[in-house]
Amino acid sequence: MAPVDIQIGRRPNLAGALLGDTDPATQGGYSDHPPRMGFFTDTSVCIGCKACEVACKEWNAIPEDGLVFTGMSMDNSQGLGASTWRHVAFIEQRKPIAAQDPGVQHEGADGEFRWLMASDVCKHCTHAACLDVCPTGSLFRTEFGTVVVQEDICNGCGYCIPACPYGVIDQRKGDGRAWKCTLCYDRLSVGQEPACAKNCPTNSIQFGPLDELRERADARLAQLHEAGVTDARLYGRDPDDGVGGDGAFFLLLDEPEVYGLPPDPVVTTRDLPSMWKHVAAAAVTLIGGAVAAFAAGRRIS
Amino acid sequence: MTELQQAQQSSRNVTDVTKDGLRGVRPDRDALTGVATGKPRRLRGRQRDGAPTVPDAEFTSYYGMPVINSPVWSSPDVAGYLFLGGLAGAASLLGAGAQATRRPALGRVSKAGAFVAGVLSLVGLVHDLGKPSRFLNMLRVFKVTSPMSVGSWLLTGYVPLTGIAAASALSGRAPKIGAAATAGSALLGPAVASYTAALISDTAVPAWHDGYPEMPFVFVGSGASAAGGLGLLAAPLTQTGPARAMAVFGVGTELAAFERMEHRIGMTAEPYSRGRGGAYVRAGKVLSVLGIAGAVLSGRSRVASALSGAALLASSAATRWGIFHAGMQSANDPKYTIIPQRERIKDKR
Repeated sequence: MAPVDIQIGRRPNLAGALLGDTDPATQGGYSDHPPRMGFFTDTSVCIGCKACEVACKEWNAIPEDGLVFTGMSMDNSQGLGASTWRHVAFIEQRKPIAAQDPGVQHEGADGEFRWLMASDVCKHCTHAACLDVCPTGSLFRTEFGTVVVQEDICNGCGYCIPACPYGVIDQRKGDGRAWKCTLCYDRLSVGQEPACAKNCPTNSIQFGPLDELRERADARLAQLHEAGVTDARLYGRDPDDGVGGDGAFFLLLDEPEVYGLPPDPVVTTRDLPSMWKHVAAAAVTLIGGAVAAFAAGRRIS
Repeated sequence: MTELQQAQQSSRNVTDVTKDGLRGVRPDRDALTGVATGKPRRLRGRQRDGAPTVPDAEFTSYYGMPVINSPVWSSPDVAGYLFLGGLAGAASLLGAGAQATRRPALGRVSKAGAFVAGVLSLVGLVHDLGKPSRFLNMLRVFKVTSPMSVGSWLLTGYVPLTGIAAASALSGRAPKIGAAATAGSALLGPAVASYTAALISDTAVPAWHDGYPEMPFVFVGSGASAAGGLGLLAAPLTQTGPARAMAVFGVGTELAAFERMEHRIGMTAEPYSRGRGGAYVRAGKVLSVLGIAGAVLSGRSRVASALSGAALLASSAATRWGIFHAGMQSANDPKYTIIPQRERIKDKR
C-alpha cells in the first residue's frame, strides 16, 4: 500500500522540479527524510554470475521472463523489463583489458579478448520522466529519493514506458501494469539493503547513501586510472547531467551504448514547459484559423 | 592436515583466520581488473594473415537492441485517438462557428461529429489501458507534468459538453443550454486537438520528442482538415463554405509544419519517410493535396465535394497513423537514440 502517513512539509521548489542538482525527496514534499539511497554498480569487478538477477526475482516474487537462447554471449534475459529488474549484460570484445591475459589462444582470437559484464538496473533518476508523466500518481518518490510504482493504483496506461530514457520500466503481458525495480523499498523501510546488493558476491553492486557512494566511486575511478585502466569511467554520477544524476550509477569500462545505455540521456519533461507553450500557440492558431475560415466562408457560400 | 586443507590454504581465494590476523583476504571491491595477471600487451593494430580489419561502425549498440522500451500503445487505439481528438476539437470550433453564422446543417454535422469522435477517442483510450477497469484512476490526481493527466481531465469536461451540444442541435430542444455547451466545447476543443502533440512528444521516443515544437501545429492542422473534410462530406453545399476554408487552412498548416519539422530535426525524421510510418505519411500528403484540390474546385458538385471531404478525413487519419508508426520505428532502432546523443556530446565539448 502507499505510504499514506508521510509528512508533507514545505512546498517543493518549482525551479528545481525539472532541472539540475536537487534533493528528490525534499522535492517530492518530504520535510524530514533519510539520506538519499542508491546503488553504485562497479562493473569492473562484475563476474557475470547473475546472482543479482536471481536474488531480485526471488525477493520480489517476479514471474519468469522468458526462457530463450539469444546467442548474445551469456545474456539470455536481454534487457530490463517488467519482469527483469536486474539485467546482467555480457559483451565480448576483441580488445585487451589493460594488462589482462585472457587465456584465449586459438585461431582468430589472437589473444586479445575481453569480456565485459555489467548488472543494469533502474537508475532512480533525480528527475524521473516515468514519475513525471504518470497520470494516476501510481509512480511516486519515496523518502529515500527512489522511484516506486504502486501496483494497486497503476492502470496500465503505459505512458511511463516510452518516457524512460533508459528503457527500464515496461508493461507485464497478461497483467497490463507497469513494473520496475523498487530499490527494494520494503527492505529499505526496515533497514535492510536491497536483495541484489546483498547477494552480489564481488561487491560489484554497492548500496548506500548516494553521497557516500559518489565519494567511493571517485576513489575507485582514480584507483583504476592509476593502474592503467584508462577505459574506466563513471556513468550517471554527475548531478548536472540530463536527468540530474542517477540514484543508481555505474563504473563502466567502455562507452555507455556498448552496454545498451544511452550516452547522453535527458529527462523528456525538461522540455515540457516549452511543449505546453507550443501547444497553447497551436490551439490559438486553430481558433484563428476557424475565425478566418468563417470570414472567408461568408464569401464562398 | 589433509591434502584438501593444504590446497585450500595455499589457494589465494580462501581467507584464513590466523594468529597474525586474516590471510588471503580477497580484494573484493578493490580488485584491479586486468592488472593482476600477465604482462602489458600491445594495444590495437594487431593483424595476422592479412585478416581484414573491420572499419569502425558508425555507432555501437548492445547487440542491436533498442535503448529505450518502445511504447506499448496499440495501433488502432492510440493512432485513432490522435486522429479522433483532432477531428473532435476542430469540429467543435466549426460547430460553434456554424451556430454563430446560422448554418444549422453544418452545425448539426460538426457537433454530432465532435461528440462521436470524442466518445470513440475515450473508448480507444480506455481500451488501450492495461487495466481498463481502473480507468477512473486517471482522475485520482491532476498533474501538469503529465499530458495524459491533463488530457484525461480535458476529455472528462469536453465530451459531455459535445454530447449536450449535439443532442440539442439534433433535437432542437433546450437551445440555450445547447448554445452554452457549444461555446464550452469550442473553448475546450482547440486544447483537445493540440494537447495530443504534447502527449506523444513528452516521451523519449526520438521522432516524437525531437519534433515537439512543430508537432502541435501538425496536429491542429490535421484536425482542422479532418473537421473541414467532415463538413464537406456531410453538410449541404450551401453551408460548406467555412468547412472548405477550414480544410485549406488545416492542410496548409499541417504540411508547412511537417515540412519544417522534418527539415529541422535531421536524422530522427528519417522514420517519417521510411517503412510503414513513411508510407502512411506519404499517403496522408497525397490524400490531403487531392482533398484540398477537390475542396477548392468542386464548388457545385455534391459528389465531388463529398469525395474531397472523405479524402481529407482519410489524409488526416493517415498522417496520424504515420506519425504513430514512425515513432515506433524510431524507438525500436537504437541508432535514432544513440547517434543524436553522441552528436550532442560532441557539440558540448
